[in-house]
Amino acid sequence: MRVAFLGATKGMGRALARLMAEREDAICLLGRNHDDLQRSASDLSVYGGGAPVPCVPCDLERPESFTAAIAASREALGGLDAVVVSAGIFATQDALEADPKLAERLLRVDFTNTVLFCEAAKKTLLAEGGGTLCAFSSVAGERGRKPIIIYGAAKAGLTRYLEGLDHKHSADGLRVVTVKPGFVKTSMTAGLQPPPFAGEPEGVARQVLRAIDRGTPVVYAPPAWRLIMAVIRALPRAIMRRVGF
Amino acid sequence: MAEPPLSTLSGWGRHSAQGRELVGEDLEAMSAGAHLSRGLGRSYGDSSLPPDDHQAVLNTTFADRILHFDQDTGALRAESGLSLSELNRLLMPRGYFTPVSPGTSFVTLGGMVAADVHGKNQHRAGNFGDHVTALKMRVGDGRVVECSPEQYSDLFFATIGGMGLTGHILEVEFTLRSIPSEWVWQESRRIHDIDEFQDALEDAATKWPYSMGWIDCLARGKHMGRGILMTGDWAEADQAPPTPPKQGFRPSLRFDWPSWVLNGLTIRAFNELYYRKQWRRESSGIVSHASFTYPLDAIRSWNRMYGRRGFTQYQCVLPREAGRSSARRVLEVLTARGGASFLCVIKDFGRDSCGVLSFPRPGITLALDIAVRDDTQALVDALNEQVLREGGRIYLAKDSFTRREHFEAMEGQRLDEFRAVRDRWDPQRRFRSAQSVRLLGD
Repeated sequence: MRVAFLGATKGMGRALARLMAEREDAICLLGRNHDDLQRSASDLSVYGGGAPVPCVPCDLERPESFTAAIAASREALGGLDAVVVSAGIFATQDALEADPKLAERLLRVDFTNTVLFCEAAKKTLLAEGGGTLCAFSSVAGERGRKPIIIYGAAKAGLTRYLEGLDHKHSADGLRVVTVKPGFVKTSMTAGLQPPPFAGEPEGVARQVLRAIDRGTPVVYAPPAWRLIMAVIRALPRAIMRRVGF
Repeated sequence: MAEPPLSTLSGWGRHSAQGRELVGEDLEAMSAGAHLSRGLGRSYGDSSLPPDDHQAVLNTTFADRILHFDQDTGALRAESGLSLSELNRLLMPRGYFTPVSPGTSFVTLGGMVAADVHGKNQHRAGNFGDHVTALKMRVGDGRVVECSPEQYSDLFFATIGGMGLTGHILEVEFTLRSIPSEWVWQESRRIHDIDEFQDALEDAATKWPYSMGWIDCLARGKHMGRGILMTGDWAEADQAPPTPPKQGFRPSLRFDWPSWVLNGLTIRAFNELYYRKQWRRESSGIVSHASFTYPLDAIRSWNRMYGRRGFTQYQCVLPREAGRSSARRVLEVLTARGGASFLCVIKDFGRDSCGVLSFPRPGITLALDIAVRDDTQALVDALNEQVLREGGRIYLAKDSFTRREHFEAMEGQRLDEFRAVRDRWDPQRRFRSAQSVRLLGD
């Protein structure tokens, strides 16, 4: 599989990219920090048994870079079978309420720009005759919840977009995989109290890779979050107003 | 970045302290704001814990990328949070293994350098630090420097075995050794007393790359020091099973055992059974590398067996000059006080260390796992006084009870040398741990 990967330097993205490299998928890294990309490229190259890993500059804050970056990774890999985007930003509700600029940036990066990136990826994949687009959304988008209102809104929008994309293009050979991680122990969630059923990046990565291989449209990771979110979605408003989650 | 919340950090023996843990992938950026690094928290005592007044510690475990690996020579450079278990998983199938491994694979490269860990092959391969070729560090004045035996060698040799007190270790470079298979040819032999043990270890050192012994430390009198000697060597490809060993199910202790579970009686029963298990005088066979090198990794969170109060490991080395009966004298201190150690390990050291404050030196090392009770401090004091009389020293990676005066008496000139390097590189004492405050005063 030839994969263009935005967000492979950290967290769940790093774990997923390592699994892909280990089974000798060809990966092209997209990202904005050149040194950081090179370090991950070296790492993935060792995981992959020595094959070089190309890097292409791409900044999720600069949508004008998207089309060229995806074209460059297609070029570097000699074709494209999948695009993965696990990049994004996170901030607590308190931080976002205190800083409207941060809130604006988060909404732009996690929703608008991620959608635009997926649009660019979709075009290239459709031109290749199909392929897999895997994007990391979040269980935070499943229900409006007090601790994650703004972040959750961005992820809710992203989830809906990916759902629509699947409906429109699945007949054209585009397989859309929406990943909805629950609480996963990464640097993004460091300092937050992990709830029960908190996952590890490696476990999530295994689940996501299986979903990519099978074309599973929606992945809750760890799987327990499917049930947890079903319950939370079903709770009446009166309860949601009272509880802290 | 917001200040991380205060949380309880603990060593493997469950000794704990309050700290603010900085967590992330970018060690170079984060290390600017931290006073100590910690990895997987497998040092037993308080060496990875912050002192009361400097609470920010850097957790390195998300910085685990391999930056360079040469398949032909085994040379490797990686970020310091890379775990040995991941390195083994990835590179053992390609025929490479760390030249020195401690008894658990749940350690980071940075931790292996800081504790200058040793393993069952100390008599041949020395310590991990002997194989390190370069380190990238964030030092006291805020600079990031590369050090090696040639460049800033004082910093380099003080960092090896320096328990993180010379700066943050950001990257580690060392050379792996090639192995013929992932299997080990193991021989075990029943040993009747402590004198026979020392002869047997001495003999094994000439024949085997890996050796260590388990002692039934409750046996007294003429049985004192009875146990099992385990020796091993890599199985050649034609001796080994055709497929690599499978990793079996690893159960985990999900809760703390009540402290009465491990009492004199149960420990005695365990020791007796374990000794009797080796019912033949000698046995041998091919075993997986993991079961030979990391027997305790098979049970995750095994430290919970010791209950909420936890345990301490007392590990000392008795120099060759102290004579053959020194090990007996130390064990006598333990048994005279009715100290029951669940697990007692004996191993001969054959090589001196390159690190200024590294633990190993030629002689015999004893490691005793002791559940923390009201009298543990008195027991450790008594053991330390005996070790001092023998001219020996203790292993900082295990310690949480030693008194400053005992430590200073054991280390003498080495401590002066270590302090001199710290004065040069970190005169403000930016880097500190709960252990350094306890044992060095700062």
